[in-house]
Amino acid sequence: MSELMLDGNAAAGVLQEIFAVEITTVVGTCDHCGTAGEVGTMHLYRGAGLTLRCATCEAVLLKIVTSGTRTWLDLRGVRSMQFEG
Amino acid sequence: MVETAVPGRLTWRLAEVVEVRPETARTKTIAFDVPGWPGHRAGQHVDVRLTAEDGYQAERSYSIASAPESPTIELTVERLDDGEVSPYLTDELRPGDQIELRGPVGGYFVWDPHVDGNVLLVGGGSGVVPLMAMARQRKGEGSMLPTRLLYSARTLDDVIYLDELMQLAGLGDGFEVVYTLTRVQPPDWDGYDRRVDRDLLGEVAAPPGELALSFVCGPTPFVEAVAGALVQLGHEPARIKTERFGPTGG
Repeated sequence: MSELMLDGNAAAGVLQEIFAVEITTVVGTCDHCGTAGEVGTMHLYRGAGLTLRCATCEAVLLKIVTSGTRTWLDLRGVRSMQFEG
Repeated sequence: MVETAVPGRLTWRLAEVVEVRPETARTKTIAFDVPGWPGHRAGQHVDVRLTAEDGYQAERSYSIASAPESPTIELTVERLDDGEVSPYLTDELRPGDQIELRGPVGGYFVWDPHVDGNVLLVGGGSGVVPLMAMARQRKGEGSMLPTRLLYSARTLDDVIYLDELMQLAGLGDGFEVVYTLTRVQPPDWDGYDRRVDRDLLGEVAAPPGELALSFVCGPTPFVEAVAGALVQLGHEPARIKTERFGPTGG
């Protein structure tokens, strides 16, 4: 556990801008270990962009970098995302 | 750029400062008028964006402190000395100033008025802010839901919202506050005087069968310790909602 870690709640704004739905209750499944968890429970690290990691195995789930009007979304570690409603 | 809000789409809005109110030596509450605000639920937050003259932008998330029925959106901000955003918000903003806000966002860490059983709120330092919004929403709804706030602060002077919390706890509507002061305690202090651990939670939290939901907010090490201890005490992880903040905030 790192003091620099936050959680998926802190990425809610930037992700909602892309997905256009409330994102912290969306359930994502880790491609590495298979854990399914709400985005709000995922571990978040802030660097040049935001990186969400699995709360169980710490594998990278998702990266997002914003620069000006351009946004890069990397979903390499997310096997699936389950949206309700 | 600030656009007109389209349903489902999150956009930046211009918010105007209407009041800046000191809470403690390091925290201030800033009240904003936000035209077109769609309403929020206690526990949600907003992103704040500052833009420098050269175009450099910094964004941070802040929990909303005010209840949904409040006419203004209030943020309680702790000043982090080496922060990029919080010193500007706490030191420079004056009524009439405008900043950009995006929100409300979040749905995971939000107050649920329909919960069946006891609710535990655990706040470390300024982690109490979203929990205060919950206490305010609860009161606004006239709820009698048994709710206990465990609030950990360094000293009594660091306790945010002390007067209002004492008032809420005196209403006799099922809302209680338990304090722990981890560094300095007043001479006649009868609250706790140590960090929140398993033993302390064992005394303050209702037993697993009776505690329906816990909300834990604070610095990451605090949240990890509290959530871990609650699980050790037999509480289901799915009933423990957490929100972390840390030195990368500010």
